[in-house]
Amino acid sequence: MRKRLPGWLADAALILYFVFSLFPVAWMAILSLKPANQLFSTYFSFTPTLDAYRTVLGGSEGIPFVRFFGNSLVVSVGAVALSLVVGLPAAYASARWRFKGSEHLMFTLLSFRFAPELTVIIPLFVLYQKLGLFDTYTGMVWVLQLVTLPLVVWIMRSYFADLSPELEQAALLDGYSRTQAFFKVALPLVKPGIAAVSLLAFIFAWNNFVFPLILTSHEAQTVTVGALSFLGGDRPKYHLTAAAALVSVVPPLLLALTIQRYLVRGLSFGAVKS
Amino acid sequence: MRRTLRPYLLVVPALLLTCGILYPFGLGLYYTLFDFSAAKPQPDLVRWENYRAVFTQDAFWNSAWVTVLYAVGAAGAETVLGVSVALLLHRSSRVGRILEKILILPLMIAPVIAAIIWKLMLQPSVGVVNHLLEPFGLGGVQWTDTPTGALLSSIAVDVWVYTPFVAILALAGLRSLPASPFEAAAVDGAGWWYTFRRLTLPMLWPYVLVAVIFRFMDSLKVFDIIYALTEGGPGDSTVVLQIRAYLEAIRFQRYSFGISYTIVLWAVVYLAATVLVRHLGRIQRKAAEVSG
Repeated sequence: MRKRLPGWLADAALILYFVFSLFPVAWMAILSLKPANQLFSTYFSFTPTLDAYRTVLGGSEGIPFVRFFGNSLVVSVGAVALSLVVGLPAAYASARWRFKGSEHLMFTLLSFRFAPELTVIIPLFVLYQKLGLFDTYTGMVWVLQLVTLPLVVWIMRSYFADLSPELEQAALLDGYSRTQAFFKVALPLVKPGIAAVSLLAFIFAWNNFVFPLILTSHEAQTVTVGALSFLGGDRPKYHLTAAAALVSVVPPLLLALTIQRYLVRGLSFGAVKS
Repeated sequence: MRRTLRPYLLVVPALLLTCGILYPFGLGLYYTLFDFSAAKPQPDLVRWENYRAVFTQDAFWNSAWVTVLYAVGAAGAETVLGVSVALLLHRSSRVGRILEKILILPLMIAPVIAAIIWKLMLQPSVGVVNHLLEPFGLGGVQWTDTPTGALLSSIAVDVWVYTPFVAILALAGLRSLPASPFEAAAVDGAGWWYTFRRLTLPMLWPYVLVAVIFRFMDSLKVFDIIYALTEGGPGDSTVVLQIRAYLEAIRFQRYSFGISYTIVLWAVVYLAATVLVRHLGRIQRKAAEVSG
């Protein structure tokens, strides 16, 4: 291991990358604290104010941002809950038994991860108008399965597969039923995996933009679309946009920091374990 | 009997949900055979006419070209930068250990929000980037107002968001490499570059390739970043395929024609996935030989 980079140079390179990585977020925070009349005249020296947050959260620009925030919460939690209820048994089944069609189902689910969203959304846009699901929570929770279900099934399958079947067999010998063995033995053992995958699925659902952009208009609209709408209109409202953007990234960032350890397996759909 | 039925019962709910998502896909495929639009709610069968129209349109080939440039540029830059960051973090200096904790940040920000942030930063009047560049004599750069600038800016946002993705997977790979080949190389007095090229890179490559596959296929279907940053402009310079499909289907309400675009893109992504996954299998076998 001779002729390596000297330590300080490597550290300097790292710091350079992290400045690139963190500065935009810091700058957004600065912009959001600017008073409207100093928006164009200064860059770093100004009298900070929370006016932008008051305006955004008060909804006085005609954009009910707090409701959008609530909508994001409802549809993301709904989508994750549905994915868990449906996905956990499927993940368990495909990890424990080799049965006809299981690989087909798994790869169909995986292909959702890589399908261009609009292939499904444009027909759904037409379909939802007819069915009355356009701009509803139900419609959003349904379509978000495209994001959350493959994640839950693939990651939980890798967790169940890592679990030795002998534990459940021992439980069966002790007189447990298969169902009991699943709920009382297998499920508690993969609890950290379930927690991590739920949070990751929540973040992805929360961050989604194209579904609410096309399939909602006002009632079920979410923060990602809401934040962008501050950029529309005649007069630029840059400080409000910054405040809205900052508010909308708080939940995913907080959750992400709690699941650091599980991210590798989560982000690679179980393909890479750490 | 019960024993053989059980796995099927467990997957039934997921199967139903999957069908619920496949149905609109199938419906979309069916729509492309008609000339369905808001102006023509009672469509006629036109068979392959939509696809013929897609492939003979200059706009399609322009979009396809822009999409490829974007995907190759973004995935390439993220791979190089992400692996470099991972190698630097792997040295685990004190600075590295602190920075590693916040590596994930941009990746957890919604891409559309990231694009909004960068749009504000690159904005000519309030934007901070030109202000910071001014001392270097680079003040008035028109970032998103020139065709090349708009494409490069979009790629830059993609790189900002997704480099941590590559870095995290590469770092996990580096930490799981077996120690013995490196010890042997050190005993033999192998230099850093030799060790990196002959040992680290081939053994790390399967991990990196997983990341590259995810990134390349995701950037083929990029939408959020470009929608928020440039809306496809200026002119047609950043109209990638999903943006084109959106404009046709939602803005101009030519549903059938717009869906045809997404079907073509879907076929491209599917093909790319098949090729890359097969390649991944080969690479994994090769890496196993090096470490074994």
